[in-house]
Amino acid sequence: MADWSLGRLSDPSECQEPIVVSGQDRSVLLSQLEMMLRIRQAERCLAAGRRDGLIGGPVHLGVGQEAVAVAVAAELRKTDRVFGAHRSHSHVLSMGASLHRLFAEVLAKETGLSRGMGGSMHLWDQPNGFYGSVPIVSGTVPLAVGAALAAKLQGSGDVGVAYLGDGAVEEGVVHESLNLARMLKAPVLFVVENNLFASHMHVSLRQPFEATARFAAANDIPYEVVDGNDVVSLRNAAAKLIDGARTGEGPGFLEAVTYRWYGHVDWREDIDVGVHRSADELLAWRKRDPVARLYQGLVSAGWFDERQLADMERAVNGEVENAWARAMLDAKPGLGAVTSHVFKKSLV
Amino acid sequence: MSKVRYNYGTAMLAAFEYLLGRYPEVFVIGQGLWSPWYVGNSMTNLDKKFGAHRIIDTPVSESACTGAAVGAALAGMKPIVVHPRMDFMLYAMDAIVNQAAKWSHMVGGQAAPGVTIRAIINRGGEQGAQHSQALHAWFADVPGLRVVMPTTVADARDLLIASVSCQDPVLFIDDRWLYSFEDDLPPVKELALSQLGPQRLLTGDDVSIIGSGYSTRLALEAAEILKASGVSVDVIDLRILNPLDCTKVIESATKTGRLLVVDGGWGPCGIAGEVIAQVAESVPAGAMKKSPVRLTLPFAPAPTAQILEQAYYPTVDSVIDRVKKLMD
Repeated sequence: MADWSLGRLSDPSECQEPIVVSGQDRSVLLSQLEMMLRIRQAERCLAAGRRDGLIGGPVHLGVGQEAVAVAVAAELRKTDRVFGAHRSHSHVLSMGASLHRLFAEVLAKETGLSRGMGGSMHLWDQPNGFYGSVPIVSGTVPLAVGAALAAKLQGSGDVGVAYLGDGAVEEGVVHESLNLARMLKAPVLFVVENNLFASHMHVSLRQPFEATARFAAANDIPYEVVDGNDVVSLRNAAAKLIDGARTGEGPGFLEAVTYRWYGHVDWREDIDVGVHRSADELLAWRKRDPVARLYQGLVSAGWFDERQLADMERAVNGEVENAWARAMLDAKPGLGAVTSHVFKKSLV
Repeated sequence: MSKVRYNYGTAMLAAFEYLLGRYPEVFVIGQGLWSPWYVGNSMTNLDKKFGAHRIIDTPVSESACTGAAVGAALAGMKPIVVHPRMDFMLYAMDAIVNQAAKWSHMVGGQAAPGVTIRAIINRGGEQGAQHSQALHAWFADVPGLRVVMPTTVADARDLLIASVSCQDPVLFIDDRWLYSFEDDLPPVKELALSQLGPQRLLTGDDVSIIGSGYSTRLALEAAEILKASGVSVDVIDLRILNPLDCTKVIESATKTGRLLVVDGGWGPCGIAGEVIAQVAESVPAGAMKKSPVRLTLPFAPAPTAQILEQAYYPTVDSVIDRVKKLMD
């Protein structure tokens, strides 16, 4: 069998250089930088809210992984069908969800994306192409295949997207889904955010190889394995695979190697909980920051500077602050919601 | 309007033809759809008539296929997943119980997967413990999932159409032991599943027998025989097990004072127990002449040897035996 190690992609001392921006569209990169800042600030706000006891349920934060969703979303349209998992704030925001409605959902308010019935782990924003996220690991992977199959039957040219992690590929249904998607030529993109950890367990303790793309190869699905903290490489890879899916070539598989700065759940860094996760490793990965690297790339091209960054950060932080303050004032669902959404037209 | 003769299997075939012919968003996915071996006479030549792209025979992947149908439903299609044996469908529990059944609730009613999951009970014939199960009661315990179990030939056709037309996820359970029953049916009339519930198939005054699927057939045959010995039986077919509306059953038990629930599943935490509990909660004090009785499978997996199978499954004789004890 081929060597399915990730090589330099999983080595935090590598891939720290600024993002190469030449040949890219400056305004697109700036809006991607802004979206990454928005996602990061939103998640920092959620971390603080959870720490301070303002959020009742768990939050799975993806600070450090922002580039993946932003790059993939750049290749999507509102009629595509994106499915997330437990760590999906970035996925839904990158599709254009309202910050206020995301915060309201995490706070279980009736103005939330899921009308306060889902919380952080069940996000829904179908009008923006985000069909839903759930915390059952791999639960939405076959759903994305089906939504893609629907697009094929409908002749719409839309694609499905399944976000999953390196832990999810240990679930049997992922392998069924890869095979099924390949055999039905379903236009679906599997996006593995390989952050090297499933909860507290490093991938080396769970799988014989680091690269999950070996399962794409086994199912004859085109794949790309890229630095998940490089928004430009990610977008190029996503574009290639999504174009293939849209033009009838069937599924694609994008493996983005990245790292989460927080622990599995909530606001702590969990350097004392994770097996193989250490303060040194976390520090090294922080130097491979997808946001800072894009900023540095823009600066070295002369496209952006410190003052402009400060302006952008101030605007984004204000937006986050306002959305949070508004969501905090919103109402919880009425008591009727205990039973009113069980069926589409509820009998009870 | 003239009536057409169907059996239970061809009645389902007629439902598939009706749905596929009228609704382009309907498609069927599952194992064995291109082979009569798996689905009896209920899907003959659908692939030839409507195309293999709409009648999708699949890899051996119950979990992914069911999940894919849920996802397709969220994307505006009306999929029907076929599990030729309910036992194998257990691989798809996440898609059914965690995803489909909870979706509407979790997203505040803004979306719901209108997927129909057809599960076939296929037992007997010395097939043993893993080719035999009738697990309808498990799914009747899941909020957000409608569970439909047709007994009559008319229901085999019309409840399948109603299930697929429904906006909610539906588990449609049919039983191979019912496929040869025949009836003359009028043209299709589309029904709203949410408006349907248990149905009285026979009116009587002495004893109430409640069943679903093949168990209701046993009740009807037993009632016919009991009539000759002067026992008048009220037979109610549950039809819709989730959400279960026992109003008719409670009325019947109140009228007769004697209640027998027959079920092809197991006793503990089963449908028969649930029906009896609902009756016990609502029947007027003193209305029951005898304690309610349930006739279910022995609490053991299905045996293999035919002689053991005969002892295992409820029969017309065992139904009559229970009724006679109630009439003592």
